[in-house]
Amino acid sequence: MNVCSLRIDDRALTVAAGTSLLLAARRAGIVIPSLCHLDGLTPVGACRLCLVEVDTAGPLAACVTAAAEGMRVRTDTPLLRDIRRSLVEMLFSEGNHTCAVCIADGDCELQTMALRVGMDHNRLPGRFPSRTVDLSHPLFGLDHNRCILCTRCVRVCDEVEGAHVWDVGWRGERCRIIAGLDQPWGAVDSCSHCGKCVEVCPTGALFHKGSCGGDHPSHPERLAALLRGRRRQEGPP
Amino acid sequence: MSTAATAMLRVCTAAGCRSRGGEQLRRHCATAATEAATEAATEAMAAGAPPLRVKGVGCLGPCSDGPLLAVDAEDTTRLFGFAADQASGRARAERVAAGLQQRLRATGSAPAGAELGTWRPPGAHLIPADDPFLALQRRLVLERCGLIDPGELDDALAAGAYRQLRAVLEQDDPAAVIAAVQRSGLRGRGGAAYPTGLKWQAVAAMAGQRKLVVCNGDEGDPGAFMDRTVLEGDPHGVLEGMAIAALAVGADHGFVYVRAEYPLAIARVRRAIAQAQRRGWLGTAIGGSRHGFDVEVRVGAGAYVCGEETALIHSIEGRRGTPRPRPPYPAERGAFGLPTLINNVETFANIPVLLRLGCEVYGRGTKVFSLTGPVRRGGVLEVPLGTSLRTIVETMGGGSASGRPIKAVQTGGPSGGCVPASALDVPVDDASLRALGTLLGSGGLVVLDAGTDMVDLAAFFMAFSREESCGKCIPCRCGTVQLELLLRKLLARRGTAADLAELERLCAVVSSASLCGLGQSAPRPLLSTLRHFRPEYTALLNAEAGQPQAVQP
Ligand SMILES: Cc1cc2nc3c(=O)[nH]c(=O)nc-3n(C[C@H](O)[C@H](O)[C@H](O)COP(=O)(O)O)c2cc1C
Ligand code: SF4
Ligand code: SF4
Ligand code: SF4
Ligand code: FES
Ligand code: FES
Repeated sequence: MNVCSLRIDDRALTVAAGTSLLLAARRAGIVIPSLCHLDGLTPVGACRLCLVEVDTAGPLAACVTAAAEGMRVRTDTPLLRDIRRSLVEMLFSEGNHTCAVCIADGDCELQTMALRVGMDHNRLPGRFPSRTVDLSHPLFGLDHNRCILCTRCVRVCDEVEGAHVWDVGWRGERCRIIAGLDQPWGAVDSCSHCGKCVEVCPTGALFHKGSCGGDHPSHPERLAALLRGRRRQEGPP
Repeated sequence: MSTAATAMLRVCTAAGCRSRGGEQLRRHCATAATEAATEAATEAMAAGAPPLRVKGVGCLGPCSDGPLLAVDAEDTTRLFGFAADQASGRARAERVAAGLQQRLRATGSAPAGAELGTWRPPGAHLIPADDPFLALQRRLVLERCGLIDPGELDDALAAGAYRQLRAVLEQDDPAAVIAAVQRSGLRGRGGAAYPTGLKWQAVAAMAGQRKLVVCNGDEGDPGAFMDRTVLEGDPHGVLEGMAIAALAVGADHGFVYVRAEYPLAIARVRRAIAQAQRRGWLGTAIGGSRHGFDVEVRVGAGAYVCGEETALIHSIEGRRGTPRPRPPYPAERGAFGLPTLINNVETFANIPVLLRLGCEVYGRGTKVFSLTGPVRRGGVLEVPLGTSLRTIVETMGGGSASGRPIKAVQTGGPSGGCVPASALDVPVDDASLRALGTLLGSGGLVVLDAGTDMVDLAAFFMAFSREESCGKCIPCRCGTVQLELLLRKLLARRGTAADLAELERLCAVVSSASLCGLGQSAPRPLLSTLRHFRPEYTALLNAEAGQPQAVQP
């Protein structure tokens, strides 16, 4: 196997060539903040929380940057800390996040991230956009107020379930997750009711109908287990 | 070049003049010429001389004086404009055509146009050949633009189109072509100024049976219309450059991506492709060689970000036009997963020229600019790289037309910044402009006079970036919204020194954290105006705003 040696913060390590910095760091016991990344899905480098400083180069997204021989990576610098807190603040400002009455309160990656980056208050003014909730699906609901556009749902539905129900519609601040051709979720025949999107959603945007705060069944880690099981069942190629 | 016998009227029918009745003018003049020729033939009871040739051509340069009309007769070319003419397009066309017919009648059966040497179209003013706008240009990319009829391959062929492609095919030595491009020092004209030869070498080095060549004609910067001019005026020059690139890197298929807002450019490129295919300059076995190269047009869907190369690739594939992280660069994994060479319109148009001239004569090459704003003479011009901005704006453009002094020149569109009047002596090349905190960019020059509010300008560009953000990454999608809010707050005189500091802090976050060039550059117009015109920002600050209000008991 082709390997390379690098330094991440104060740790020296050797990993297989092509390993992302995010995974390499994890192997060294360093958990780089991330939101859009999910093991098992194609990385998109969209949330920018995983930015790290590589040598003298500007910040690079660890989830989409391959480890290379001799790299020196810093995962926690004043610049990165300011960027991360600002990004989380931007998300809170952009949507409508009222944790106390949110289904994901206590089980939300955005909320956890806010604590992690030290967001004791939001320096940015809230936008309080007018957004909708789609309850047309018999089993699940989509609350656009909580969506952070990480596209995990889009990718899991397309790449793992093969149904491609979800997509991103519009652009910029008007971006919105859309089902089918911007139809009510319940009207999209290709949805197989598998619930994978609900399981991987990092926030309270996708939820099981009938659940309430405290029993939000979000299990992003199950995806990796599912894919491992699939590979085992299919056997070696 | 033109003799009495080959006198000719060239009427600009490119987008700028077309909007002022250029096409109408051409049609009326053509009818007048035909009628005059028929009359002459009847009177002489003999087969008359062929009618005066009236040709629709690409942009002639000083668009602000349009519609433009060039009269070639008696070995001279005289360029006429109608800047002061208030008549409607139709009235003007009828008036000029009547004048033309009268003049042609007077010459009777003499060769058509023999006496046009002194003719002045009624209502027109002469733009002398030694006018700096014309005289200081070095037209390489625009060599045939304005001379040939872009709809007629024969016209282009007679003026030298596809000659370099033939030479390259005969030599059949891709490495030599790449070496020549590398030696020339040519850098991409799409904004990033990446060395073209290096890019070609990278694509050529990729393994694989199939590779693609893509021409980026998305041109979305406000105030930029160089690529439109090239595509409308000489589409064959771009296609020839693409075909040479395809041979050099080993590609067999190409795309020309043109934004939907350029219908004339799209039509002309489509027509040029069809004509070149018919003559064997595109398609299978080009120029009778063993190489094949097919080209298709892809029409953009109205997003600025689709000019970014990875978004453009997605758009070509029929997917949502959003950028993706690089690497892999398009050279490695481009459209449909194939190694792809992406260059700008003007970059490709440079190729046949530099191969023909050789590095020595080509020198540093040229840059095409579109000059707009309150200057006396605006339009499209091509000058040697390194010409000073002052020469372009004050000498060629004639300086301010508004009576107010020039305050700054905006370069590089929403990704660029401003050059203040005090720094106008800067030579136009990427490195010099970067040192001033702006970019050469794709070549749009917007002149701003003393009446311009620089904070308002920064807000305009921030609103543009906010509107055009694809929304994929957080810093750009949300950061541009926050930055525009802060600018509006300042403009409403509700901002404090803390807001100004916050503005600068957020600029750093957005530029360092964004995924693609759009977000990374979005703060530049703001930072550049802050750098050169900071007092305009501080003058807006409100010391009271944000202070806790005294509560009345
Ligand atoms: C937001 C954005 C918009 C862009 N728009 C254009 C464009 O309209 N035309 C263009 O040629 N390049 C554009 N570019 C640059 C391209 O990504 C790419 O660098 C260029 O097409 C490469 O060609 P060149 O090397 O010949 O310049 C844009 C880049 C960004 C980040
Ligand atoms: S999605 Fe997360 S951050 Fe948003 S309101 Fe719900 S718990 Fe709070
Ligand atoms: S619905 Fe959930 S998973 Fe889908 S984009 Fe929004 S936050 Fe991400
Ligand atoms: S920087 Fe802006 S345009 Fe580029 S990927 Fe991010 S959101 Fe999209
Ligand atoms: S986790 Fe890397 S950009 Fe989102
Ligand atoms: S468009 Fe006619 S001169 Fe430029």
